[in-house]
Amino acid sequence: MKGWPALLSGILFGLGLTLSGMSDPAKVLGFLNVAGAWVPDLIFVMGGAVVVTLILTPLVLKRGAPLMASTFSLPTKQIVDRRLVGGAVLFGIGWGLSGYCPGPGLVSLLYGYQTTLVFCLAMFAGMFLESRIGR
Amino acid sequence: MNTYLLPLTGGVLLGLAAIWLLFSLGRVAGISGIAWGALSGPDRGWRWLFLLGLLCGGAVTHNVIGHPIPTESSAPLWLVACSGLLVGIGTRMGGGCTSGHGVCGLGRQSPRSLLATIIFMSLGILTVYIFQNAIGDLL
Repeated sequence: MKGWPALLSGILFGLGLTLSGMSDPAKVLGFLNVAGAWVPDLIFVMGGAVVVTLILTPLVLKRGAPLMASTFSLPTKQIVDRRLVGGAVLFGIGWGLSGYCPGPGLVSLLYGYQTTLVFCLAMFAGMFLESRIGR
Repeated sequence: MNTYLLPLTGGVLLGLAAIWLLFSLGRVAGISGIAWGALSGPDRGWRWLFLLGLLCGGAVTHNVIGHPIPTESSAPLWLVACSGLLVGIGTRMGGGCTSGHGVCGLGRQSPRSLLATIIFMSLGILTVYIFQNAIGDLL
């Protein structure tokens, strides 16, 4: 029952990541290289995505409940804590080292590159580690 | 073709994917959370299907539409491993990545997500800057 909407969302997401250039680490590093030979294209990825979610999220939430589930499962945490800040710092450094964040890393497994496989395995190892020693 | 058209189209698709998941299942399309949840559960089924869809979407881009496959990163494997490790730890600790905080959280106007996005974008930029100017020559 819950299957096909998740599959459809995944397909759209995979299309978006690959068409936009996000799955090209060289392009992402070029985008982050603001002080050097900046490649600004990817600002339109974030821009396009956020304009869509900014306009449509309030309309969706106003409905009170999702179409095929009883409630919205949204993050409830409101406060800014050390884990949020520290996590964002570590993630930002990791992103800048390779040009891969989680979505592009996973979709790039399609390409069969050794670097992508190593990135994804290390990412899951990091997630596992954090779940063991975090908080 | 205009160089901004594909990024913009891709971005709009990412936004629509997130909105559709929220509208249909009431879930946040945060990839780090979905990927970790697919392994650690509970409620793994829809997460695996989302990830399967992610790969299918990529396959459509390159095999059906014929968009060229990006070249492999030239970074050494140890560096890519460090990157993955930091991304894994950081996204779990901070509760999200570019999609969960960036696309979905900003759309919800969450102050936590705004702060997280500003921080990880800044650190990404700083890291690239340091590598370009100092460490990059040593590799």
